[in-house]
Amino acid sequence: MIEHLELFFKSIFIDNMVFAVFLGMCSYLAVSKKVATAVGLGAAVIFVLAITVPLNWLLDQYLLQPGALKWLGAEYADYDLGFLSFIMFIATIATMVQLVEIVVEKFSPSLYNSLGIFLPLIAVNCAILGGSLFMQSREIESFGLALNYGISSGIGWFLAILAIAAIREKIRYSAVPAPLRGLGITFIITGLMGIGFLSFGGMLTGGDEEAEPTTEPTAKVEKFEVKEENKLAENTKSID
Amino acid sequence: MGLLSKKDTKLITDPLADNNPITIQVLGICSALAITAELKASLVMGIAVLFVLGVGNVVISLLRNLIPSKIRIIVQLIVVASLVIIVDQVLKAFAFELSKTLSVFIGLIITNCIIMGRFEAFALGNGPWKSFLDGIGNALGYAVILIIVGFFRELLGSGTLFGIPVLGDPIEKTGVYSIGYENNGFMLMPPMALIIVGLIIWVQRSRNKDLIED
Repeated sequence: MIEHLELFFKSIFIDNMVFAVFLGMCSYLAVSKKVATAVGLGAAVIFVLAITVPLNWLLDQYLLQPGALKWLGAEYADYDLGFLSFIMFIATIATMVQLVEIVVEKFSPSLYNSLGIFLPLIAVNCAILGGSLFMQSREIESFGLALNYGISSGIGWFLAILAIAAIREKIRYSAVPAPLRGLGITFIITGLMGIGFLSFGGMLTGGDEEAEPTTEPTAKVEKFEVKEENKLAENTKSID
Repeated sequence: MGLLSKKDTKLITDPLADNNPITIQVLGICSALAITAELKASLVMGIAVLFVLGVGNVVISLLRNLIPSKIRIIVQLIVVASLVIIVDQVLKAFAFELSKTLSVFIGLIITNCIIMGRFEAFALGNGPWKSFLDGIGNALGYAVILIIVGFFRELLGSGTLFGIPVLGDPIEKTGVYSIGYENNGFMLMPPMALIIVGLIIWVQRSRNKDLIED
């Protein structure tokens, strides 16, 4: 239970799709002019991530990982189909998006009308493929956790696009320098929001020495600091 | 240039500045920014996109009369995914460390909007040679931004370029560090990439007033 909660909050705030790893930036910038459309796209992203991440987890577990083909028989245990993962993941995503579109259109026309136009757009949204690839590279252990990861990183993306859309609606009344208007200021605001989100970094690792490193970028920074500290330590040693 | 007519040259030079895929068309930001903390990673990412977009544009342009328009997205995705697998395997074979740093971002070239955008907007309606030039031009425009961002982040963040210290040694206090300069560790944080791109847009649009949005 505790690991579910931990993954949930970590994927929403610390490893936020937009602010920590810049995924789905294209649609994030293009569809964030109005809050209403942003909500529609955000909901569609949660929906599709919740379906594709667990599905790709099953694919990864039973087809792609080294030795995953064991269930076929002992002679298949040595196969490693890992190099096929990109093509499998993207094919799953593209077909699932199409399938979801058809099913939603049939059973819930009202939901289709609100999500409809965004669904095809989502097949090429980096956040969706990124969700599956991060699920693979972080070696998420169980189906439940993969489902959790899909939903929570979707919620993180939803929050981000909702916030930027609200800010962009307000900023129209501000005196922004002309060359910075539109795209430029959106980039800078997103950067500032990202800095704000960095402060969530201490939420899970605070006081816990053995906590695993979080995102790749921050991990790199941590490594860098450690290197500095080591150098400093060596330095003080040599002074001694 | 004897090989290229004036129109062809324009296909390459336009995306470098006034029609840049990142700062003007707003495409391909997704996989670009997270890896620009080091110049080397930015350069490799630029080359990878150059390869994928150049070859992919030619393939799509050759297939353009055969692809039924209803399933074109899937066909495009398969072409890109195959090319990206080639890049990924080559990197894993010859530059394993770098492929670890780039991690999932190589895979994310598949959903890089520049690639799908150029397929849709150009390769589906033009011949292979033109599409090739368009692909090269756009990938170069993308690489230029990546390299500028990578240059500033690595220089100001860790005082190195391509991993070689250029500003002196921060521990021994040589070079600029002797007059009290400090590395700005903040530049290595992901959000700074966004702010630097924002500033590039600012500079570009103040130089060319036609690009200003209202």
